[in-house]
This record gives sequence, structure tokens and C-alpha cells, in this order.
Amino acid sequence: MSLSQFLLRRILQALPTLLGVMLLVFVLFNWVGGDPAYILAGKISDPARIASIRQQLGVDQPYWVQFWIFIKQVCTFNFGRSWSTSELVSDILLSRVGPTLTVMIPVLILETLLAVLFAVLVAYVRGSLTDRMVMMSCTVAMSISFLVYIIVGQWLFGFKLGWFPVQGWSDSVITNLVHYAPLPIFLTVLVELAPSLRLYRSFVLDEMNHDYVRTARAKGLSEHAVMLKHVLRNAAIPILTNLGIALPGLFVGSFLIEVFFSIPGLGREVVESVNRSDFPVIKATTVYLAILTMLINLLVDVMYRWVDPRVTFK
Amino acid sequence: MNNPITLNKLRHSAGPWKLGWRRLRQDRVAMCSLVVTMAFTIIMLCSYAGLIARNWNAEVANSYSPPTLHVVTNATSAKAPVGIQRDDPGPPVDISDIDPLTPYYQEWQERTKNIAVVQAEHATHLLFGADKWGHDVLAKTIKGSEVSISVGIVAALLAVLIGTALGALAGYFGGWIDTLLEWLYNVLTSLPYILLILAVAAVFSRGFTTIIMILGLTGWTGIYRLIRAEYLKHTDRAYVRAAQALGASHASRMFRHILPNVSHVILVQFSQNVVGFIKAEVILSFLGLGVPVDMVSWGTILAETQEELVLGKWWQLVAAGGSMAILVTAISMLTDAMRDALDPKLQE
Repeated sequence: MSLSQFLLRRILQALPTLLGVMLLVFVLFNWVGGDPAYILAGKISDPARIASIRQQLGVDQPYWVQFWIFIKQVCTFNFGRSWSTSELVSDILLSRVGPTLTVMIPVLILETLLAVLFAVLVAYVRGSLTDRMVMMSCTVAMSISFLVYIIVGQWLFGFKLGWFPVQGWSDSVITNLVHYAPLPIFLTVLVELAPSLRLYRSFVLDEMNHDYVRTARAKGLSEHAVMLKHVLRNAAIPILTNLGIALPGLFVGSFLIEVFFSIPGLGREVVESVNRSDFPVIKATTVYLAILTMLINLLVDVMYRWVDPRVTFK
Repeated sequence: MNNPITLNKLRHSAGPWKLGWRRLRQDRVAMCSLVVTMAFTIIMLCSYAGLIARNWNAEVANSYSPPTLHVVTNATSAKAPVGIQRDDPGPPVDISDIDPLTPYYQEWQERTKNIAVVQAEHATHLLFGADKWGHDVLAKTIKGSEVSISVGIVAALLAVLIGTALGALAGYFGGWIDTLLEWLYNVLTSLPYILLILAVAAVFSRGFTTIIMILGLTGWTGIYRLIRAEYLKHTDRAYVRAAQALGASHASRMFRHILPNVSHVILVQFSQNVVGFIKAEVILSFLGLGVPVDMVSWGTILAETQEELVLGKWWQLVAAGGSMAILVTAISMLTDAMRDALDPKLQE
């Protein structure tokens, strides 16, 4: 099957899922969430005002008409304005993606490199004291709440030692990267390293038990070549899958980090929207992230072929 | 071999649970973890029954009393006046002729005499110190553990129940039921988990039951997937066919015959979910989306610690963060050990 046929089929297969996500979001916010007119009109409101808001939002229409309006909103990228700030929802989303990615892309790169490096090293000395100690510290590290890492990290490196600014953000990407982002990046990598390391170690160990590793050793290859060329290349497939799963989360970022460090990213925006009952912003974020997730899954499937020539499109 | 004990052993070979328990008992780390987990559970149940930490909300010490082991004999620090002290206060100035409140002072003093003021008995030493309002941090942490652990356990039970039931249906019947449930699974997993939780939290009001529902209703997908795969494998096995031949109904085959054979998967998933949900509750409560304000959980305690740390008051952070870390480490290690002990493929 050619690449274009494969892509077309996968996109068609994704349509029912996308419809499901829209239905889920619609049920949550248009049905369970209650009448938005009461949220918008506030506590003191007269019936005429509520009726006019209802008409403006279209919630006086039957549910199927409302759902059709929602589908049109998704397709045209037009969710109207935020209920609390009256900014265009599309403007909000586009302006929040940048800061999130400024933090999360370095996190992803650093975390993957470090986790893969440590995983290969630890797997190579499997069963040894070092291996057991590293695994044990990973379990303990994973048990400490993310909150504790951020609170202590921000206090220690920002407040007490003064190595980094406690919080803040600027308009220049360079200033952000060298001045404001390093501490959030460092803390996120610290938290996410342990689970990744454990997982990648098990991937590498799985590969090391295969016959081809013994063959490679038997024909006199150096340990270096065995681990890096043979084992790592094969372990790359499950690692890639795992990265694909983690990638959509990149865009919401680590919302806790964004809240603590006042980074105007998508994650903080979602948390604030939830607190303000700003439904249009949450609805838009949810639907577009679902679409993004599907696209990334598709991309990962295409990349499998690049990593592993045995994989064919079917 | 006429030894009756040996014969007895042969007749009643140990079941997989007994074998698993036997292996688990030899694992020292697992047994330590089990003891810690049980200790936390007992403390939680005592707190729930009102035996301990009932009065966590009482003012028992001075604000921010540091943790101490021994009685502080020099109690002057508590009595020292708060605020800026001038070196020379100067002579008192009489402003009674321009003070518009002067006629009332007499009356107010009369009135205050009639009001009984109860000065709370303040403890001189607390093992874990006190918080901003003089609450005992130990009692507060215990009460917080009650909320955090019970949210974790109940939500995990709910998730396991939903995941197992739907996974069994999808794997056993297949066909359109499977297609429908797979669609639901795809829909729920096409969103980052935390975004799904926040979206659901946005439309429900805050509350203890709500947070359990949110975690339970969104967290069943992992176990659903595993149970479905197990049922797909088991449905066509000989023992299930035999049960069918004997006239066992669908429900009987699903839950009386297959379920015991996949129960080890459920147990491991359950304890994994407890850990995940305890962590999630802490974060949600911190963000103000979790337990209501009149309740205390590890998350609400940690929410107070950010400003405390700047003031140099570290003990609440250590108490709440530490007890959570100990419990979660114990459950995680126990889960790892259980997975190895109960896996039929690893039996010797």
C-alpha cells in the first residue's frame, strides 16, 4: 500500500473518534455544564438579559442544532470570544502555545537523551548493585509529589540560592530561554526522568536477551558497537512509541510548572479557564488537542517505517 | 511414599493465590512494603472511626510552633510582644479631648468585662510542630491522609469495576459491543489524561464525591484494555468451552470461570491505580479542583507550604510530602513484587 493510500485510510478511520471527542465535549459542556447564560449573567440578572444571552449563544435551540453549531465552530476555528476576557479564543490559543513549547521542547530533548543514555548504561550492568540502587532511587523519586519538587526547587534555586529568577516571563524568546525557562526545564526533566529511565531500561533489557546480540558478540564486535548499533537501534521502536504517546501532552505542558512560574502557556490557561468556568477556551483546547493527538499518532506510525524497514503499511 | 503429609500435599495442590503469597512472603522488600501499607491503612481507618486526629481543627499550640521533642522550658519567646519595638516610647500623650471615641471607652470596658474569654491551653511541644492556625501538624497530616487515601482507594475501586466490566464485555462478546467500547476507549485516550480530568472537573461542582467520580470515570481505560486482552485469550480456552458444554450461562462463564483466572491482573492494576489517584488528588486539591475547603488532604496541606517555606517553616511540607512519599513508595514496591509473584509465567 502506498503512503498516500495509507494516510487516507487512517484519516478516514480517525473520523468516528473525532466525532466521539466532539460529542463528549458537547455533552460535558452543553448538557452537564448547565446553562451558560447563568454563568455569564452573573448572580444578579434579570430574565430578559438571560434570554438575550441564550439567544446570542444559541443555547435556546434544540440540542442537535447546538451540536451542528459546535461542529461548524471546530471546522472554522472560530469559537467566538472568551467568556471572561472577551479575547478571541483562537488568539488566546495561538498566543499560549509559544511559551509552553519554549519550556517543553527543551524538556523533551533533554529528558529523552538523558533517559536513553542512563537506560543503556544501567541495563548494561543489570543486576549489579548500581542497577538496583538506580532502580530503587527511581521508585522513590517517582513517589514524591510533583508539587514537592516544584515548591522545594523554586524555593531553593530561586529564592534561597538566587541562581534563577523565582518566576516571570518576557516577550523575547532568547531572554525566556536563557533567563526564565532553565529552572522550570530543570525541574520538569528531574521529575520525568525517573519514569522514562525505568521504562527505557526495560525496553533495552528486552532487546539484550535476543539472539542477535549474542551473534554480534560472537563475531567479535566491541561492546560499544553491540550496545549502540544493535541494541539501541532496536530498542528505538518502543521508545519512539512512548515518545509519540507523550508528545500531545507537550502542548498542555506541565500545567503545574506554568502555574508556579507564571508562564503564560496553554496549561495555565486551561487551569484558569476551569477556575473561571470559561467553557469556550476549554472546549477549543480539548478538541484541537485531540486532533493533534491523532495526527501525531499517524506521524509515529509513518516514522516506524523509517526506523524499522520490516514494517509495511497495511 | 507412605507419608500421609506428602499424600495430602499431592491431593490438595496449592492454588495460584497461595503460591503467589508464598513467593511474596520470601521477598523481604515486599513484606516491609506490605507492613507500611497496612500501617497507613490502619491509621486511616482509626482516623475515619474518630479514634485519632478527631480534633485536628483545634488550636492547640502557638502559630508555627516548630517541631520539638522535649518541653521548651523558656517560654518567653511565646509571650514576647509582636511588632516593631521603639527604643524610646516617649511620654504618653493625652488626646482624650480630641478623640471622638472618648465617651465610649468607659462603656466598652464595662461590656468587655461581661464577656468570658477562654484562652486555649497551648501545648509547649509538638512532635511535628504546628501550622499557621496552631493546629497540630501530626493530627492534620493523619486527617489529610484519611481523605487522600480514601479518595485513592474508592476511585481505584470504581475504575477497576468499570474497567473490568467493560473489558469483560468487549473481550467476551466481541462484535458490535467490542466495536462500540473500542470507540469509547479511543475517544477517551485521544486526549492527554490531565486535560480530560480538568475538562470534567470544569463542569462539576467541587466535592469529595465529585473528585472520586472524576478520577474513577476517567481512569478505567488502562485496566479495560488489559482485561479485554485477557478475555480475548481466555474465551476460547478448553475450560470455558467445557463450562459452556455443561450449560453455564454467559454471565457464569464470564465471572465465575474466567474472572478468577485474570484476577491477578486486576489486583496489580488496582494498586497501580491507587498510587496514580493519590498523586492526582494531591494535585487537583492543590489547584482548588479537589476536596472542598472545609476538608484537609495532603494536597491542601501542600498548597499551604509554598508561602510557609519562604518564612522558613518547613515542617508541614516534610510531614505531608514525606508521608505521601513513604506510602506511595511502599505501594509501588508491593505492586512490583505482586506482579512478579502472581505472574503464572514466572512460576518455578
